[in-house]
Amino acid sequence: MRKPEFIYVIYIETTPEKLWEALTSSEFSKRYWWNTEVKSDWKVGSPFALVMNGAPTDVGEVLEVDRPRRLSYTFHHVTSEAARRERPSKVVFNLEPYGKLVKLTLTHEDFEAGSKLLDGISKGWPAILSSLKSLLESGTALEIPVSALGIEGVS
Amino acid sequence: MNIANFKPAIVYTIYIASTPEKVWQALTSAEFSRKYFFGNAVEVDLRVGGAYIVRTPDGALHISGEVIECDPPKKLTVTFNVNWPELIERLGPTLVTYEIEQAGEAVKLTLLQSHDRPLSDDILSGGRQGWPAILSSLKSVLETGQAMTIKMAPPQRMLDALKEMGIKTPS
Repeated sequence: MRKPEFIYVIYIETTPEKLWEALTSSEFSKRYWWNTEVKSDWKVGSPFALVMNGAPTDVGEVLEVDRPRRLSYTFHHVTSEAARRERPSKVVFNLEPYGKLVKLTLTHEDFEAGSKLLDGISKGWPAILSSLKSLLESGTALEIPVSALGIEGVS
Repeated sequence: MNIANFKPAIVYTIYIASTPEKVWQALTSAEFSRKYFFGNAVEVDLRVGGAYIVRTPDGALHISGEVIECDPPKKLTVTFNVNWPELIERLGPTLVTYEIEQAGEAVKLTLLQSHDRPLSDDILSGGRQGWPAILSSLKSVLETGQAMTIKMAPPQRMLDALKEMGIKTPS
């Protein structure tokens, strides 16, 4: 059996520097991530948080910062009781120049067996990263209702 | 063909600022597919039992299959067999399903690659590498009018694994 993880690859017509900015700037993240602010000073060991409409949804610690190639942080979902009981998982972004494009690989790993959060993030990341690609390429993010993701218990 | 025995081995979802009808057209039109599918052309007779073919830019037959489910603009399932000698005999048929759903102002496109037996990660590395590139480019064409130029060779680990199984791959 494969270990519990989620891997997503998407190609974006942009530069690694712009993509890095999009992944680490709260002003930018609000535009493609359901008004979510990505908060950190991006130093190894510093706190990381996702803040949606003023309330933290996910918190963690910055693990790796290799601008503009690789970024990782721990990820602990705090809004649902079931997910809060799970140990923190790990998010890794790899940014690779690919001709005139950037290949972005997201790996979300280190889940407990039977993680409830894994299903949710597996449905969330494609929407977030699709919207990010649209914003960088066309200047307009996507408006995707959270209810369209098909996450169990979220309507 | 009984598709109940097939299980998805690869699932890839992407959201596109478009309409279900335009996404359907992009997936089923030869002219449109050339822009995002490494220059390959999809030729499909859109009825159950109709032929599904993908030709390389030089016109050679690359993938052949048939339409299994056709519900425009919501669902298309086809057999999707790469035309390499012995491939279908050793790996069994490959099934590809596209599901198209409205998601607010956007369209949610889900690709499923399914098989009737377990396949190794080496064999599946081809689809895992290819689909994100094809569908990223499809999204860009629909949203900006500009396709992406993504140059890509089949993964060596897949070619090695196929060779070991006695499947002849193009040199």
